[in-house]
Amino acid sequence: MGEGSKIRVLIAKPGLDGHERGAHVVVYGLRDEGFEVIYTGIRQSPAQIVSAAVQEDVDVVGLSILSGAHISLTKKVMQGLKAKGADDILVTVGGIIPEEDKKTLKKMGVEGVFTSGAKIKDIAAFIRAKLRESS
Amino acid sequence: MEEKLELMIEDARDKNERALAKLISHVEDRKTGWKDIMKSIYAKTGQTCVIGVTGSPGAGKSSLVGEFAKKLANLGYSIGIIAVDPSSPFSGGAVLGDRIRMRDISTYQNIFIRSMATRGMLGGLCQAARDVVRIMDFAGRDIVIIETVGVGQDEIEVVSAADYVVLVTYPGGGDSVQAIKAGVMEIADLFVVNKCDRDGADVIVSEISAMLDLSGDAGSETPQVIRTSALTKEGIDNLVDILSDFMNRKKKCPHLQMECVRQEVISIVEKEMASLIQERIAGNGNMEKELKLILSGKSDPYSAAEKLMNRFTVTKNLERSTGRRL
Repeated sequence: MGEGSKIRVLIAKPGLDGHERGAHVVVYGLRDEGFEVIYTGIRQSPAQIVSAAVQEDVDVVGLSILSGAHISLTKKVMQGLKAKGADDILVTVGGIIPEEDKKTLKKMGVEGVFTSGAKIKDIAAFIRAKLRESS
Repeated sequence: MEEKLELMIEDARDKNERALAKLISHVEDRKTGWKDIMKSIYAKTGQTCVIGVTGSPGAGKSSLVGEFAKKLANLGYSIGIIAVDPSSPFSGGAVLGDRIRMRDISTYQNIFIRSMATRGMLGGLCQAARDVVRIMDFAGRDIVIIETVGVGQDEIEVVSAADYVVLVTYPGGGDSVQAIKAGVMEIADLFVVNKCDRDGADVIVSEISAMLDLSGDAGSETPQVIRTSALTKEGIDNLVDILSDFMNRKKKCPHLQMECVRQEVISIVEKEMASLIQERIAGNGNMEKELKLILSGKSDPYSAAEKLMNRFTVTKNLERSTGRRL
């Protein structure tokens, strides 16, 4: 991290579910942790999310999914990032994620999965630690 | 300059989005070598047309920018958008939400959107924003649109550095005319009454027109007042026509150029002085000593500042005569 550097995070909701309360909580929580959080609202396509992640040069993409389509949506985002040479961006997933799917997501390259009950402080600490590791 | 940076600059010029984004971050974060980047690209900039969009929160700036940027992109222009939102003075964090209103254009090939937080830098926002405009200019963007909330000296300075300034207001804002009186009135080239599908738009249009009739020198061109609605799309084509017309007319005015460059050099010197002051005056413990004296009633802020300034000047002179940094 350089002199005036801030951790930049994109919180995005892919797919058709409109439950954005959780995303809001994370957005405001991470802002209070001193992060610059870009929020793109509900019903984003994976292509829109990838484009935003690249243009905003974020360190982290946090996907919030409560529709049950987390496997296929996350896969598309991961593929899109790879195609743009941006697969070094840390990807995390939050929402309603069944225990047995967490492994599948991690195999795809998702570093962290945060379901309901996750603490903002823990999410922030996780992001900081991961970024330190990779820098 | 590091080879890595040189490569990044080359890739950004070759329209690589990832490289452009990385270059912007490097300069915005003031990472080692940022100034070398700016020095090396400066000569290759100055082609772009910079449009500043300002107005009170909730005026619909982002939606409006989304609408007219789409039309300009369809006309074949390549566009950069810089959306500025405030940082929290407490945590230093920020929520940057302008993209929510620009979702239609987020995957357009020839539109590049970048959100920027104010970061509370001393006089820094303006220079940082100017730098980002310049990088986009270098990367071949025909038009750069910079959008900020027109509150505070810093943000007004940002838009006033643009070639063309659009001031957005809306009916139902209560004191929306009041809000635009303070300082931004003078810098606007075009007044837009947005959300004109709502009641009261005509009242605002006539209030602004009346205000404009009273101000300004006789003989100088009075800015237009137009109505738009990002919702019903009314007036968007008109806005696009006005902007295209301006771009076709735009020529370099030597005096304005000189004034712009002067402003920029002053702003860079101020910024450097400010960090020098923080580092040399406040950073070496003398400050704490003075603060304790004030709190114990033995001194006051005015004498303390004077003493710190004196010490600074003495140190500077000593350094000059001995040739080494103390």
